[in-house]
Amino acid sequence: MLIKQLSVFLENKSGRLNEVSKILGDCGINMLAFSVADTSEFGILRLIVSDPERACKVLRDNDFSVNLTEVVCLNCPNEPGALAKALQILSDNQITIAYLYAFSTGDSANVVLKPDQLEECIKVLQEHKMELIEASTLYQI
Amino acid sequence: MIWNERIECATREEMRIIQSERLSETVKRIYHSVPYYRKKMQDAGLTPNDIEDLDDIRKLPFTTKIDLRDNYPFGLFTVPMSEIVRLHASSGTTGKPTVVGYTRKDIQMWAEVVTRSLCMAGVHRNDIVQIAYGYGLFTGGLGLHYGTENLGASVIPISGGNTTKQIQLMEDFGSSVLCCTPSYALNIAEVIKEMKVDINNLKLRVGMFGAEPWSEAMRKEIETKLKIKAIDIYGLSEIVGPGVSCECEEQCGMHINEDHFLPEVIDPETLEPVAPGEVGELVFSTITKEGLPLLRYRTRDLTRLHYEECACGRTLVRMEKCKGRSDDMLIIRGVNVFPSQIETVLLNMSEVEPHYLIIIDREGTLDTMSLMVEVQEQFFSDEIRKLQELRLKITKQLESVLGISVNVKLVEPKTIERTAGKAKRVIDNRSI
Repeated sequence: MLIKQLSVFLENKSGRLNEVSKILGDCGINMLAFSVADTSEFGILRLIVSDPERACKVLRDNDFSVNLTEVVCLNCPNEPGALAKALQILSDNQITIAYLYAFSTGDSANVVLKPDQLEECIKVLQEHKMELIEASTLYQI
Repeated sequence: MIWNERIECATREEMRIIQSERLSETVKRIYHSVPYYRKKMQDAGLTPNDIEDLDDIRKLPFTTKIDLRDNYPFGLFTVPMSEIVRLHASSGTTGKPTVVGYTRKDIQMWAEVVTRSLCMAGVHRNDIVQIAYGYGLFTGGLGLHYGTENLGASVIPISGGNTTKQIQLMEDFGSSVLCCTPSYALNIAEVIKEMKVDINNLKLRVGMFGAEPWSEAMRKEIETKLKIKAIDIYGLSEIVGPGVSCECEEQCGMHINEDHFLPEVIDPETLEPVAPGEVGELVFSTITKEGLPLLRYRTRDLTRLHYEECACGRTLVRMEKCKGRSDDMLIIRGVNVFPSQIETVLLNMSEVEPHYLIIIDREGTLDTMSLMVEVQEQFFSDEIRKLQELRLKITKQLESVLGISVNVKLVEPKTIERTAGKAKRVIDNRSI
């Protein structure tokens, strides 16, 4: 259930994002989803890729500050109210979310979540029959 | 007016006699009352009897900030604490400040040299002197204060900051003299303009500016904007504070009060005296101070000396505006900052690697300091909040050590240039 997310520290200067995508592209690593969190001076690029361990290594070799963080990926129908239902469950169980981002493929929507209590979050969602994507499945999308 | 004509216009020979006598007395006193100095002299094979003439000073070992640090806080004082009436402190090269103790007589001597300086600048007892240097551990405020009172002029002890109020009092009280750092003077000039105060309604005529390096261009700017004569006053707390030397109205170098502070100029590499008129590092021996006399103290300021008589009539030797430093000390908004202080703070924080770069800029009239710190793997987080907390932590620790605000920028690893030799830690973009 645990998904490995890659986080990359980026200064706010032109060309940095391009460089990350180029390095990964050259290694044949696919970017499945990403989001950029930014402040006035720096940003953090969060990525779900086809091969997180290798991506981490090649970026480190290129002098990027990178780490791997465990997140969960929720799969819900691509229809109105689906996300609200999931978030209500988390809210009812006092699980807070540090950040999330989403991508949709056809009929299904995928939501990458970083909750404060990872294990608890998985347990609660599964109890409510919410579908969590397996890492092996996700990396192949 | 010349405050102390007998001294300030003495012939070179008269001055030499005064200095020789005072030097040998000081050496004796230090030798007999400070074990650290005694040992230093003994190690150099010297006794006080070896210092009879002014030229003998070259035999004496130098004193540096390191000596002050090693004897922190009071180890080099030559009198018991019961004789010390005042303590001041300035930045040391690492965490500990440099502490200076003054006896009652030292305070009087200091007032005397500041009074001479004010007279050099053309200040007289009818003036109203607004002292916008900081009061406190910093010597600027209280140094000018005692000298101004000694002259008999009126002091407005407003201290630094609160610019609107500074200007209000200038208008209401009719301040004729402003004492502050040159960058603060420019800041005041800007605010005067913003407040739409007519500069012609102010009575300002003289500025006594020091505690940081400033250029001739900056002088012109201040003089034009504030419609005053801008005078450069020099000093360092280890020696006494402001009043070690000061320009006269001729503005052609700062007259050193050399009957109290004996100057030498040395080559910072060989430590030998430079040829007369050459640029080198300024070294002072205090020859009348009781609390903390220093022999051959290396100021790290680079300058040259002129011994010809000045058009003002004074014969006191003149030093040119300092041309730089022989160490890496930075002066930011009048505050002394050593890169080593920053390094110490970073080394004490387990999350940070000591790869840093200091960038100094002048935005408008104020100096700003930015610090680039590399974000290392071990403290990088996927959460913005954690990185911002780290940035705040570094900022706060630096501010508490340095006493000035620092804009901390987190940068990517290997952004800061690595060099095989001495790392370049400072980029100073100010045009001083």
